[in-house]
Amino acid sequence: MKKNTIVLIFSLLVTLAQVGSVAAQDTNPPTDDEVNAIAKELFCPVCENTPLDVCPTEACKQWRDLIRLKLAEGWTESQIKQYFVDQYGARVLSEPPRQGWYWLIYLIPVALLLAGVYILARAYQSMRATVTAERVSIEEAKQASTGPDNEYLRRVEEELKKRS
Amino acid sequence: MIADFGFGVLVITFLAALYSIGAALYGHFMKRQKWVESARLAMLLTFPLLTLASLTLIYLLVTGDFNIKFVYEVTSRDMPTYLKVTALWGGQSGSLLFWSWLMAAFATAVTLRKWERDREFLPWVIVVASLTIAFFLGLNIFFENPFARLWQTFNDIEAYTFRPANAVPFTAQDGRGLNPLLRHPGMIIHPPMLYLGFVSYVIPFAFAIAALITGRTDDRWIRLTRRWSLVAWLFLSLGLVLGGRWAYDVLGWGGYWGWDPVEIAAFMPWLTGTAFLHSVMIQEKRGMLKHWNMILVILTYALVLFGTFLTRSGVLSSVHAFAQSEIGPSFFIFIGATFVASIALLIYRWDSLKAEGQMHSMFSREALFLLNNLLFMGILVICFWGVISPLITELLTGQKVTVGPPYYERAAGPLFALLVFLMGIAPLSAWGHTAVKNITTQSGMELEKRYILAIARLMWKPAIPAVLVLVGLLAAGITNIYALIGLTFVALTASITFYEFWRAARARSRAQGENLFLALWRLAGRNRRRYGGYTIHLGVILMAIGIIGIEMFQTETQKSLAVGESIQLAGYTVRYDSLAQFPASDGRLVTRASVSIFKDGKFITELHPRYDVYSDGQPMTIPGVRSTLADDLYVLLVNWEGVTSQIAPFKVYHNPLVNWLWLGSFVFIFGTLIAAWPEPEREVVPAQTRKTKAVYQPGD
Repeated sequence: MKKNTIVLIFSLLVTLAQVGSVAAQDTNPPTDDEVNAIAKELFCPVCENTPLDVCPTEACKQWRDLIRLKLAEGWTESQIKQYFVDQYGARVLSEPPRQGWYWLIYLIPVALLLAGVYILARAYQSMRATVTAERVSIEEAKQASTGPDNEYLRRVEEELKKRS
Repeated sequence: MIADFGFGVLVITFLAALYSIGAALYGHFMKRQKWVESARLAMLLTFPLLTLASLTLIYLLVTGDFNIKFVYEVTSRDMPTYLKVTALWGGQSGSLLFWSWLMAAFATAVTLRKWERDREFLPWVIVVASLTIAFFLGLNIFFENPFARLWQTFNDIEAYTFRPANAVPFTAQDGRGLNPLLRHPGMIIHPPMLYLGFVSYVIPFAFAIAALITGRTDDRWIRLTRRWSLVAWLFLSLGLVLGGRWAYDVLGWGGYWGWDPVEIAAFMPWLTGTAFLHSVMIQEKRGMLKHWNMILVILTYALVLFGTFLTRSGVLSSVHAFAQSEIGPSFFIFIGATFVASIALLIYRWDSLKAEGQMHSMFSREALFLLNNLLFMGILVICFWGVISPLITELLTGQKVTVGPPYYERAAGPLFALLVFLMGIAPLSAWGHTAVKNITTQSGMELEKRYILAIARLMWKPAIPAVLVLVGLLAAGITNIYALIGLTFVALTASITFYEFWRAARARSRAQGENLFLALWRLAGRNRRRYGGYTIHLGVILMAIGIIGIEMFQTETQKSLAVGESIQLAGYTVRYDSLAQFPASDGRLVTRASVSIFKDGKFITELHPRYDVYSDGQPMTIPGVRSTLADDLYVLLVNWEGVTSQIAPFKVYHNPLVNWLWLGSFVFIFGTLIAAWPEPEREVVPAQTRKTKAVYQPGD
């Protein structure tokens, strides 16, 4: 019973929203800015790497007119984008869809960057280990030293280690 | 006849380059210096020969010999002379010749003088430079001859170097003319700068390879090519900035950078080149990162070739795809072969490239430089993968996809922000190093703490202006989190950099009794690299302000206006006054609108956005722009929506702060010139001596 009520209210809201949008479109046709807002996120299917909002070809003008028409018919942005994808393929989107093999496009740079961070962290660690080992051996040399020449020897050893 | 002469010169140059490779190898392996000298002279000969070939082609372009295919394709009678000359790099075959010409000029500059000092490197520098020249000349001779002529055969007109059987020469009445996008004053300098940047990176690569082959793996090759790397970087940076400005003026997108694959192709060697500029300092000061520097210079060379390959091979379509041909496979093989050979050499010499110094802290200057390199490499990976991945997924799925600006901006944006932050704190770590006097008595954590404290102690004063900027931005109602982070980092880095200038100048001023400006001038003169570097950082900061401004706060609107109507954007009112149409002297049909610009109701200026239609029907949209330091108002007459004398559609962009980008680039160039300005030659200090000194002293 409760579920049915929710479905009913939801359907009513959707219907009202649709009626509202159609009514609004009757009085206010889509502006250039509304068309461009969608066209900006689509790429010309013919001249590659050119966003649809600034593409000067006649074909692109027709596609922008198509967006205007669809907006006037009450289509949403995602519906219009999907329409273009269905017609011309995923290449019209400014980014590949997040599905199937296309995930590679998003995940590989992240994986490589993480690998870089890991390599850098390891490099820091190993360089630090060298320094610590060097320090320990110097401390040992200090403790073992008693004679007047030991300070000199310690310095020599330190220099030699750095050179090795 | 002249064309045959030009082609003959190309063939002779190709043979001279091949000879110099052979003679250098023979001289080296047989230990006969005379052969190496002969190889050097043969390589030196390539420059005058290529000058002759290029001048021959320029002569044909300027005189309009439309029997030559290249001349027919890139010029027309109505083009002004300067554009006919610059048409040399306006098409594929001419630009390949131009590449070789510049390469020969640089190879000559390197080996003409002072080469005796490093005689052991010479044969291999000759081999690498001549091989690169020979490869590009080979492309010209075997695939893309700029001197090929048009021939009328039985049923067609075709281009051949030599006359085919039963064919007669064909001369067109007029040429097709240069692509309108390229008929812009920017065209005079943008491609040459980019090409100069590309070819000059061949020099550090040649010395690196020479060092690997000869086994002289100390930092001598880096010291010899330090200025070359800076000059290459300067040219590449200039090429990128000029390309951005050209796009802003001509492409009618309201922006300067569209993450087009060819833009990225030029940007990638810049990324590795910038990382290289930083990491070589660590090798010079501390004898570390030797493997990494080799990898960076090898990568830069490969990316230079890859950039030319992308532009020239037609493998990717883009706005620059005016140059497509079948030279792709040769490029691919050459890039692959040189890359594999270089990496093999590096692996062969791996053990002799061990680090001499050690890293004491994650917050030492060298550690922060490594982090800087990681960030540059991260951006490189994003760019490289963004260009390549659509080709790979197309192979896997059979469907093309576009990897557009949102991908790059989202992925690279945070890394750029971190780089700006690092640019601020890394120079402080050099001073922080001085705080660690008694290194042997501290444990690892204590040491890290001291490094951090040393940086924090120097940072707190310059951090105050950055905090004030953040408060100011919040008070101004800016809520865009990315803009807030970006501008705060920019303010912090700017403040630290100025503080560093001031601290050093004040110290010198007190010690020497000079006034602050004189002290600063002398300080910069004595340590050009450091203060040139800081100036470059200031340039980058200004550019970052411009980029944040246009990327985060750009607004736009479009509307069709009748005469007298207006549109509003960001406090500006643009009123359409009139439209005029007239032919220009070079055959263009110009359609020009007059619009009045008002701010808060007050008239400011009149702009004239226009579009030109060339005789071959190609249009070009030129914006009317009102520029100030605060913003640009960029008005386009949107010819693609149909313009009549009654109603004209206008697109208006409001680009806040964008001029800081161009302003920053001047500071940037000035800084690079300071850093690259020749200093009196000093005696070369052996690496071992420097190393022992450097352990307890601050990095420079």
